[in-house]
Amino acid sequence: MGWETWVIATLARTLAYGTPLLLGTLGEIYAERSGVLNLGVEGMMIMGAFSAFAVASTTGNPWLGILAAALVGGAFSLVHAFACITLKANQVVSGLSLTMLGLGLSGVLGRGWEGKPLPVPLGEITVPGLSAIPILGPVLFQGQNLLVYLTLLLVPLLWFVLYRTRTGITIRSVGENPGTADSLGVNVARVRYLCVLVGGMLAGVAGGYLTVAYRPSWTEGMTAGMGWIVIALTIFAFWNPAMGLVGAYLFAALYHLSFRLQPWVAPELLRAMPYAFAILALVLVARGTLHKRMGAPAALGLPYTRGEE
Amino acid sequence: MKGLLPFKVERRAVPSGGMVLLVSLLAIVAALAVAAGLFQAYGVSPVRAYGLIVRGALGSPLGLAETVRRATPLLLCGVGLTIAFRALFWNIGAEGQLLLGAVAATGVGLFSGLPDALLLPAMFLAGFLAGAAWGLVPAILKAKLGLNDVITTLMMNYVAMYLVEWLIHGPWKGTQMRGFAYTDKLPDVARLSFIPGTRTPWLTLALGLALAFVAYILVTRTRQGFEIRVVGENPDAARFAGINQVKTILLVMLVSGGLAGLAGVGEIAGVHGMLRSSGQISMGYGYTAIIVAWLARRNPLAVIATSLFFGVIMAGGDVIKSSLGLPFQLINVFNGLILFFLIGSEVLMRYRVSWSGRRR
Repeated sequence: MGWETWVIATLARTLAYGTPLLLGTLGEIYAERSGVLNLGVEGMMIMGAFSAFAVASTTGNPWLGILAAALVGGAFSLVHAFACITLKANQVVSGLSLTMLGLGLSGVLGRGWEGKPLPVPLGEITVPGLSAIPILGPVLFQGQNLLVYLTLLLVPLLWFVLYRTRTGITIRSVGENPGTADSLGVNVARVRYLCVLVGGMLAGVAGGYLTVAYRPSWTEGMTAGMGWIVIALTIFAFWNPAMGLVGAYLFAALYHLSFRLQPWVAPELLRAMPYAFAILALVLVARGTLHKRMGAPAALGLPYTRGEE
Repeated sequence: MKGLLPFKVERRAVPSGGMVLLVSLLAIVAALAVAAGLFQAYGVSPVRAYGLIVRGALGSPLGLAETVRRATPLLLCGVGLTIAFRALFWNIGAEGQLLLGAVAATGVGLFSGLPDALLLPAMFLAGFLAGAAWGLVPAILKAKLGLNDVITTLMMNYVAMYLVEWLIHGPWKGTQMRGFAYTDKLPDVARLSFIPGTRTPWLTLALGLALAFVAYILVTRTRQGFEIRVVGENPDAARFAGINQVKTILLVMLVSGGLAGLAGVGEIAGVHGMLRSSGQISMGYGYTAIIVAWLARRNPLAVIATSLFFGVIMAGGDVIKSSLGLPFQLINVFNGLILFFLIGSEVLMRYRVSWSGRRR
């Protein structure tokens, strides 16, 4: 294999694998920016993955599958929102139970769907003309699907909303200092509900991407910890969508490069590497000891009750 | 509002013990009710399913022994988790710490060449240390670098899982059973004896019960226990009071990881007699123990009851799986539901309803 083919193959697979990570990370960034930690990403993702597969198989339309994934992911996240925002329950435990629920429910519901290939995966696109550009052409404009491009478009959009619009200021203020936001007339609970919902829908779509585009089939527990890697990437990205892009694709690249070590390292150890990378990535961006991490929303994880701080 | 209603609802700082018990039971009942809907959806009468679970797990001496066998690792892991959770260290990694304990026990049992009398004690020691070491990594990363404990402990679970896979497929693959990814069988002297007439090891059970008492004394009666709670509830106050937070975090994870490691030793020496795939060794004990500890409201003594409850669920789950053909994952759904209702209902405990005539 020539070096050119090698680079193209690695980059193309990086783009394909990084996309669901990026989708999930973008969603979690919004939820956490509003002050709600959602550790249920893994559960929402796997439910999205299963719903997308089931709906796409039944209707024969992969986009309906993606839509179903967004709706199911969103519905799941609302359970977390209700527990954490309305009932002011512990966000860590609520997120964990969401993950258990999602993994369990998708396993129960998905029993009859196991091992069947999806007849209608998301179509691959080749952009005429652009795909002829050396290296970048085959990576970016050949064999990728529309969801990859939509995800890439989402990054500047979500960045712009967060940093350059009133809505973004409101979201960030709710995550930094809900008391002040409340006194200025912001409906803290509503902002948080919406941000968690956005996070849930994106996590759902990330899962849907796995079963409808990345590997068009359904296996129980197929997210295999991706949802947790998303949470690590959110910290790695300092809660910034643009950094989320860098983190997700960097991680995906490392993930694929590690498999190039196959002739020398046992496959089981290679499969452990992404998880070790995730810890390593956090070590690299760690600042200080027990003090607040740089960039973390100040009110992250804290329920808000008016007049009580 | 005063005087309009015959009772009044007030916020209260510390919920009463009775209220905690009542709300916990309500949460369990609510989870059972939703799960009943799931059984119905599968065309199985919920009454029949619950009847089978209770009869299967508690109705016969063998069923009871099976329940206790499942409850033992939950007890060991759960007691450790109550201590970690008291310091608000989110140890989601009991699963990996258990697996490391299993790995260490297998390694010592198969390859150490120690004299027979020393073999089991050495396995327990090695299991404790390996689990503790696996738990100390995230503890150090949090104490020194401020790394998120949920993520690091969880990632370490996956690393532990693949470490086990590697060992049983690679360097430790047994020669006794060809074609299977197992290690060789441990020698008989490295096995735990059973409660007579059952396949349930008694030593790990006794150890779990004893450690539950020790942990209870530690957290309620000692200065160390007090410091753990202050670090968890109010880190600023802990700093002000001169409590060494780094030391406290390391201590709770030494204990929490070590106890999970002991659970792993129990599974190897008491149940399986060899190292095999992580799904067979643990079946999610480390994750279920999180609910066990939370349901016990982080009280190590209460873990005895809650681990037994989940032992019933797991042993009963096996019964409905084999006799009704229901998927085992229903257990995970049920676990998730219980945890949800548990934290959702905590809001109830923050209030007190009292009749306005009487004042307490």
